[in-house]
Amino acid sequence: MEIEENFLYTKEHEWVSIEDNIATMGITDYAQEALGDVTYVELPEEESEVEQFEQFVSVESVKAASDIYAPMGGKVVDVNRKLEETPALINKDCYGKGWIAKIDVRDMDESTNLMSAEEYRNYLDSLH
Amino acid sequence: MELIFEKSIAGRKGFDFGDPDVPSHAQIPSKYARSVDAALPEVSELDVVRHYTRLSQKNFSIDTHFYPLGSCTMKYNPKFTEALARLSGFTDLHPLLAQLSGGEQWTQGALQILYELEQWMCEMTGFSDFTMQPLAGAHGELTGIMLMAAYHKSKGNTKKKYVIIPDSAHGTNPASAAVAGYETISIPSNKDGGMDLEALKAAVNEETAGLMMTVPSTYGVFEGNISEISKIIHAVDGIMYYDGANLNAVLGRCRPGDVGFDVMHINTHKTFTTPHGGGGPGAGPVGVNQKLSKFLPISRVVKRSDGVYVLDYNYPESIGYIASFYGNFGLLVRAYAYMLMLGREGLMATTDHAVLNANYIMRKLEPYYKICFDRICMHESVFSASRQAERGVHAIDIAKFLIDQQIHPPTVYFPISVPEAIMIEPTETESKQTMDNFIDKMIEADKLSQTDPAAFREFPKTMPVTRPDEVKAARDIKTSFFLASSPTDAV
Amino acid sequence: MNPYITNTPQEVEQMLKAIGVEILDALFAGIAPAHRPKSFDLPKGLSEYEVMRHVTALSLKNNVHVVPFIGGGYYDHYIPTAVSSLTSRGEFYTAYTPYQPECAQGTLQALFEYQSSMCALTGMEVSNASLYDGGTALYEAMMMAIRITGRDRVIMDGGVSPIYRKILKTYTHHLSYQFEETPIVHGQSSRDEIYQRLDRDTAVVILQNPNFFGAIDDLTDIIAKAHSVGALVIVSVYPVSLGLLKTPAEMGADIVTGEGQSLGLPLNFGGPYLGFMCARKKYIRKMPGRIVGETVDSKGQRCFVNTLQAREQHIRREKATSNICTNVSLCALQAAIFMAVVGKNGLKEMAQLNLDKAEYAKQVLSKIKSVEVKRSAPTFNEFTIHLHKDASEVVAAMMKKGFAAGFPLGRYYPGMERYLLVAVTEKRTKQEIDRYAKALQEVLD
Repeated sequence: MEIEENFLYTKEHEWVSIEDNIATMGITDYAQEALGDVTYVELPEEESEVEQFEQFVSVESVKAASDIYAPMGGKVVDVNRKLEETPALINKDCYGKGWIAKIDVRDMDESTNLMSAEEYRNYLDSLH
Repeated sequence: MELIFEKSIAGRKGFDFGDPDVPSHAQIPSKYARSVDAALPEVSELDVVRHYTRLSQKNFSIDTHFYPLGSCTMKYNPKFTEALARLSGFTDLHPLLAQLSGGEQWTQGALQILYELEQWMCEMTGFSDFTMQPLAGAHGELTGIMLMAAYHKSKGNTKKKYVIIPDSAHGTNPASAAVAGYETISIPSNKDGGMDLEALKAAVNEETAGLMMTVPSTYGVFEGNISEISKIIHAVDGIMYYDGANLNAVLGRCRPGDVGFDVMHINTHKTFTTPHGGGGPGAGPVGVNQKLSKFLPISRVVKRSDGVYVLDYNYPESIGYIASFYGNFGLLVRAYAYMLMLGREGLMATTDHAVLNANYIMRKLEPYYKICFDRICMHESVFSASRQAERGVHAIDIAKFLIDQQIHPPTVYFPISVPEAIMIEPTETESKQTMDNFIDKMIEADKLSQTDPAAFREFPKTMPVTRPDEVKAARDIKTSFFLASSPTDAV
Repeated sequence: MNPYITNTPQEVEQMLKAIGVEILDALFAGIAPAHRPKSFDLPKGLSEYEVMRHVTALSLKNNVHVVPFIGGGYYDHYIPTAVSSLTSRGEFYTAYTPYQPECAQGTLQALFEYQSSMCALTGMEVSNASLYDGGTALYEAMMMAIRITGRDRVIMDGGVSPIYRKILKTYTHHLSYQFEETPIVHGQSSRDEIYQRLDRDTAVVILQNPNFFGAIDDLTDIIAKAHSVGALVIVSVYPVSLGLLKTPAEMGADIVTGEGQSLGLPLNFGGPYLGFMCARKKYIRKMPGRIVGETVDSKGQRCFVNTLQAREQHIRREKATSNICTNVSLCALQAAIFMAVVGKNGLKEMAQLNLDKAEYAKQVLSKIKSVEVKRSAPTFNEFTIHLHKDASEVVAAMMKKGFAAGFPLGRYYPGMERYLLVAVTEKRTKQEIDRYAKALQEVLD
């Protein structure tokens, strides 16, 4: 189970990487493996506003459809259009090319509600 | 095999309507008219017959194969029920005739069947009234939940928000509750396969609208605490809903109306052998006790004092129409004929042998597959292929192996709380030889999982097709011959 | 009695032994006495012969000998024998839902062909593998439009079947959607009434063509207007009419539904019927019900599977697009076979015959003084006539003369007690139509 050391994580298995007030997010290796081959990603609308932990993306595989929640609140400023053509990027490179959306963060303090890589690792262990 | 469209030749005709006997020059004004003809097939009748006959031969069916699908009750569909359903006195009857003034006089045969079905079903299940209107099991569930909602509305129970369901429930249960506007709370099962009473008590409060469950549960186990459960739910004026999917296990042995349920649906395509049709049509009659009868959908069939059957729409508190007419009458005729033939003893024998057969298979397979509950099962048993999975052979692989053995696989991966679940329901119409053959094949599968687990990846290899790429089907959507497949258009 | 149970007493013994119990009753020891049935008083079973005799006698108590001029959304069309003979094959009708695609390619390919034919017929890009009936299909389409737009107001045209409207009302009664119905003006949809109510809160406009009164229309302008405020449009259609009529796709519809009974299904006193749903490709993931898709197997051979199941109840559970489990597979198969037998040219010919016979009937009926054939809009094979007497009474009298004369609109429309909805299909001979007119004249005088 891969985990990126510098990212932050949510209980719903999203990762987020914040730079210059922009939060780039996706789903973790644990999530993509549980889902299986991703067949479709329902991306949010650009310019839409989202709250922290609000559902704003949906990822489908043959066996499941998963709601994805915003790890930070703010305005969606970019979405990964490559996922429309190649949803498998989420399976192949979930922390890199499989990124899902970028959010212009409203309140940086919300990051205290997230887990560090170590905390997420412990959390994953507790699930088994 | 080619699609029917790929066999088309321009100008070929399959049917001759003959010459018109009236003047033939009527025209649709051009602004209302179609500009290009519909690209339907252009083939001969012989082409059609060969094409669909050969397609049919690619199917497994009860008429050709053993189908031990848990939760589906794939029992034999008797031929005489087909012959009766095809009588012109039924097939040619227009539904609106019954709604004309005096319409009952032209539809007495049909109305009598609907009425008598209601009587039979009431006595079989312990409810006071039934409606034949719902067109499928899930449709019946939705109707039942709407009756629940109507009840709460009439009693001013405005706080009702949640419907409780066990974690073993069929997916239609929470889906139906959600469609009707309720949220669901899932209650875990205890180690004996029954509902965890403590968890239930903790979850029930003033906001509980009701509970949906099936008895026996999808684990094949009879819920011993059913009276307790009903008490807990009724204490908050909640409604108890019985999912009749497993009725085949309790005919003559237990009636849901007697043990605290307020409403139920029957799947006629399970218990009463109306044919599955490759996925439908079905029928889902709904039964209720006195608490809910005034909310039943209209129309209702009533027998007047002069013995005439009529449609009655005069139920001011009815929820209204849940379908266009009186139910899937063509299927209800089959269910009716079946019930008449079986009678009291035949229905009880159905349950006796369904349970006998399921227990026989369970005991024979127990040494090889992990059983979930070490107790007498009812009409179906649940195994986990966890032992085999450790060797790299999953429930789905065993299913594909069975296909090569000319046996339709049991249900796999349901209930979702059992890992590598295999649910087996032989039904009462299968012979010991058929079951012994199935048992042998399952034992063979277990042996093969030990000696050559990798072999399973190739299965099935004797069918016209091997394992389809389901990921590709969902990514590159092609659902029509006329649609170029491309993933980018979908919103 | 149950002749379908094969276990002999010896086999029962063997099985009980294998299970480890003495008698069969022991298998039910888990059911406490308090849970046993309070009664189970059902009649004794009968032999096959006795049941055949009894049920056949019941079938003879239904009057299927009147000549039917009654429609209302359900029509007496000719069903080519090949259709019923093929769907009677046990391999089709006793098969289960195709969850194991390798042993269900027959059903799956047939459903793919059904979906394709429905797309050809309606002009739409995608179709599902069927829903229960035309009314519930319309409800599902309405919910789909509400989900897609995220809005909660529905405009329903008065020409939509009153039976469907009753269904929609039942389903949404306790949900918080706002419904508005617009009246019909001169037989067709009123643009003014619809446009007045259209705004940015409107999720969907629901139309029907031909409408319940038989009138046909070109709904392109209404659809364009609805789109201009971001609302979707559902058109409920009569499949046989599409042999000649402008398709809802040509008009710009987003979702198309309807009753497929007229595509080779018998009337069957109300069911089983066939609800169809077609839509623009971009909405396919929001569609309820089963959908069959094309793919390849591990050897690259073309094959078919149930696809997009992640939307459905067995996976999504409470978040499913609908609670639907069954489609009406066998009925969809019947329709696919019907459309193949009748074919491209045949459907057009069939539609023309329906139109011609109805036009002839209108002509003959116009000669009756006390009958007014409503001509405010063109029609296909069904039209409205106005009588000088109560239509129900006229119908009752006509039944005695051997004709189901039509559907009295007063049944669902208070105030329209003198209006009769008359349907004429390709099965009606010139002779039947002439005799019908004669009988009607007699009854009215």
